[in-house]
Amino acid sequence: MSTFTAIGEDREIDQEEFTPGVEPQATWCPGCGDFGVLKALKGAMPEVGRTPDETLLVTGIGCSGKLSSYFESYGFHSIHGRALPVARAAKLANPGLEVIAAGGDGDGYGIGGNHFMHTARENHDMTYIVFNNEIFGLTKGQTSPTSPKGHESKTQPHGSAKDPVRPMSLSLASGASYVARTAAVNPRQAQEILVEAIQHDGFAHIDFLTQCPTWNKDAKEYVPYTDIQDSDEFDLDTGDRREAAETMYEAESRLYEGEVLTGRFYHDPDRPSYGEEKRAQGDVPEEPVAERYFEDGEWERTADRLIDRHT
Amino acid sequence: MTDQTLMWRIAGGSGDGIDSTSQNFAKALMRSGLNVFTHRHYPSRIRGGHTYVEVRASNEPVRSRGDGFNFLLALGDSFARSEQDGAYYGNEKVKPLTESLADLNEGGVVLYDTGFFEEADIAEIRLEERAEENGWHVYPMDLRGLAREHGREVMRNTAGVGAAAALLGQDTGYFEELVREAMSGEVMEANLTILEMAYEQASEFEFSHDLRVPTGGHDTDQALMSGSNAIAYAALDSGCRFIAGYPMTPWTDVFTIMSQNLSEFGGVAEQVEDEIAAASLAIGASHAGVKSMSGSSGGGFALMSEPLGLAEMTETPLVLVEAMRAGPSTGMPTKTEQADLEHVLYTSQGDSNRVVFAPGNLEEAYEQTRTAFQVAYDYQIPAILLYDQKLGGEMRNVDVDFFDREPDPSLGATLTEEEISEAAHHESGKFERYRHDPDDGVSPRSVPGQTGGRFLASGNEHNAVGHISEDPDNRKAQMDRRVRKLERVRAELDDSEHSHQTHHGPADADLGMLVWGSQQDTVFEAVDRLNAAGHEVKALGVSDMLPYPETEVRGFLESVRECVVVEMNATGQFRGLTQKELGQYGEKLASLLKYDGEAFEPGEVVEGFESSIDGGQPAAGNMRFVPAAGD
Ligand SMILES: Cc1ncc(C[n+]2csc(CCOP(=O)(O)OP(=O)(O)O)c2C)c(N)n1
Ligand code: SF4
Ligand SMILES: [Mg+2]
Repeated sequence: MSTFTAIGEDREIDQEEFTPGVEPQATWCPGCGDFGVLKALKGAMPEVGRTPDETLLVTGIGCSGKLSSYFESYGFHSIHGRALPVARAAKLANPGLEVIAAGGDGDGYGIGGNHFMHTARENHDMTYIVFNNEIFGLTKGQTSPTSPKGHESKTQPHGSAKDPVRPMSLSLASGASYVARTAAVNPRQAQEILVEAIQHDGFAHIDFLTQCPTWNKDAKEYVPYTDIQDSDEFDLDTGDRREAAETMYEAESRLYEGEVLTGRFYHDPDRPSYGEEKRAQGDVPEEPVAERYFEDGEWERTADRLIDRHT
Repeated sequence: MTDQTLMWRIAGGSGDGIDSTSQNFAKALMRSGLNVFTHRHYPSRIRGGHTYVEVRASNEPVRSRGDGFNFLLALGDSFARSEQDGAYYGNEKVKPLTESLADLNEGGVVLYDTGFFEEADIAEIRLEERAEENGWHVYPMDLRGLAREHGREVMRNTAGVGAAAALLGQDTGYFEELVREAMSGEVMEANLTILEMAYEQASEFEFSHDLRVPTGGHDTDQALMSGSNAIAYAALDSGCRFIAGYPMTPWTDVFTIMSQNLSEFGGVAEQVEDEIAAASLAIGASHAGVKSMSGSSGGGFALMSEPLGLAEMTETPLVLVEAMRAGPSTGMPTKTEQADLEHVLYTSQGDSNRVVFAPGNLEEAYEQTRTAFQVAYDYQIPAILLYDQKLGGEMRNVDVDFFDREPDPSLGATLTEEEISEAAHHESGKFERYRHDPDDGVSPRSVPGQTGGRFLASGNEHNAVGHISEDPDNRKAQMDRRVRKLERVRAELDDSEHSHQTHHGPADADLGMLVWGSQQDTVFEAVDRLNAAGHEVKALGVSDMLPYPETEVRGFLESVRECVVVEMNATGQFRGLTQKELGQYGEKLASLLKYDGEAFEPGEVVEGFESSIDGGQPAAGNMRFVPAAGD
């Protein structure tokens, strides 16, 4: 039993518990894909058996970052691009927490790209949801790292000359142990994938396609979509890196040709999480570090352990 | 006082083991009962490049480097050679000797390695003539040859120490002891032999110098350590169990010491992708209930600007350390300066809301790091310890008893689950973590995982439960409360028995010097000398940069006719801060500045002060004097 009584609490959980009484109604634009993420996440939580008090949701800045306002749990609405480093430290400090990070495509693949690569590499045991609307929503429609080549916006008046980021390929190459893509228009699949991602013991990355009807009018609504697990065209072994890489590449390319391929792309259940690696080599104590501060016990002193070597 | 102290310099190439040899030398002298102080100088290169360390030792307290030095052990830069053709790069080879000779005091002793410097080298730099002019006593010895004969060439440092001991009339007992503690087997035996042989060989010289190691005795056990050690140990004793960082000289020392010890102390150390991540991780861990820190030097600290503001806005307790080096930009990575003060005080958007301490020496570094943790967690505010390459790198002996302290693992204003259950909640069940009403500005927090403590931490302005709010009344109330915390910190510091500000010199002197951070003890030594020379001058060493110790500094300035602010930067940042905080004294405050990468020597401060009170003559050397306004 944890010193934090919410952690590991075994009880019936109602998904309505995740609706904050303070702001029960999200204020995203009508038709915004972000509603789909919120709904899928609320649906997933009772399934994975975690309560609001033992969950920490860390978000970045963007329309997507508001998720922490509309989802009831411990929340940390951080700064643009920095959700991952805040989240992964909280997990190291208290591994008992269910840690979820979320943000936009600009937030995660642009300004926070370095953290994305390294958090995936380290395989922290957490879930990372990227609201991929192929646009900077909050700042009113500028070209984002996932906007298609040629995308015109006020800041790219002649169209972007850049090839978009390949989020899943990047994630796989960096070291994520669970990689999936889902879409707001596909709530059932989204919730299933979220459940798997949260249950996965490692870095689970979900590229969540979220249409932005306000600023990305010409972007597809992500329908129709194909679930690669149900498709005859693909016979993907999600445990095989090479196959996964090829399939991701296909999916990323075809998105810009109007074909929406979703589903699970990679899953390595055996790779130990960063916390496990660190604990195994004695770098992190077995007991959550945060608990010590709330328990009685002796604290180490430099006077006893370190001063001798200086005399 | 200068005359009775040994000021021993060992010079060679970086990569030649100069650092560890000098540490052993200092430790041996400390064990023999002396007070020691080391000053290191090194270039930003791993191999090659001229480096030296000075060890000042005396039976009196030594709290600063000396003026020049009086014993030179010149080993030669063994890496200043191009591998391919065996040639030396220009005059790099003799640099450890020539550059050092420029600072060697009259009557000083030179011991150099003839196994490295050839006759032609010595002739080229006219050592003999210059020795005669300056009254130097020169002892050439084949240290390399001796080392090679009885062990391996790299043991020439040991030979140098043995020979130096002989020339200084110090027996080798303490050096032997250190060799035995640090080594074993053949290596130990070889080093012991070399130490003894070098000692004997050097004893055969006919000594023409009078310089000897003074004798002394300590009443209590002593420890030799650096400012970086003191900072890291204070963090550990404060219950800090999480650090995240990215290497950058000179902050790397604290980061390394923490990383090497944290797992033993049940904590976590993370080397991460960049400094934005480092500060963000420290925030994440602290938010989750672990006492946390991060740090960097100027450039890395610049990257921490935005997370620092996030900690202020979310009121996440956080301790950062900033180790200054010469800027701007990459500047001079291994040189010291005090030019990041304004950067650290104000960086990040919005009104700054943080605590900044700049300790004056090793003991203060320990004390103020502890206070930084205490304040950060009691007031839920970032606290920054601002120091520099000089303070971090210099080593000194300190009473072992000084560290005999109780650890402080308190999370400050953090509630237990029981307290949370009795605290105010929004009707929806959310915990009111950011209430408007606390008198001292501190609204206690919960941490994730506690039952009933749910709230939102947001970098956006927020209401009592942390949800985003742009309501003007809420905004004003939240800003006022956050600002109020700093007023309370100031009141607490003012009420404390142990002020962070240090007075030095006769209280009734009517001339003053203001100093902050690492230059403090150098200025204090200068004050002693000035008074001994008939001046009447006193000094105030200031550590509280923010919140500024208004009453104490005002009291000091009211008591003097004129005051010189001594600092290592080009624009007089602390003088500017003082005028801004006190709103006056422009006509009283002059500046003595130095920004050439080298710290002040006490003698320079004496000279600078004397010339300044003579009506603002340009200060000597690389110092710059800026007169008071209206002068
Ligand atoms: C350091 C920094 N730079 C820029 C901004 C302005 N900004 C806020 S959100 C955003 C981009 C939002 O796009 P995305 O991350 O894709 O999120 P979305 O709104 O589309 O969900 C930008 C540029 C900021 N808040 N901070
Ligand atoms: S701007 Fe786009 S992303 Fe933002 S809330 Fe509106 S629809 Fe959603
Ligand atoms: Mg976006």
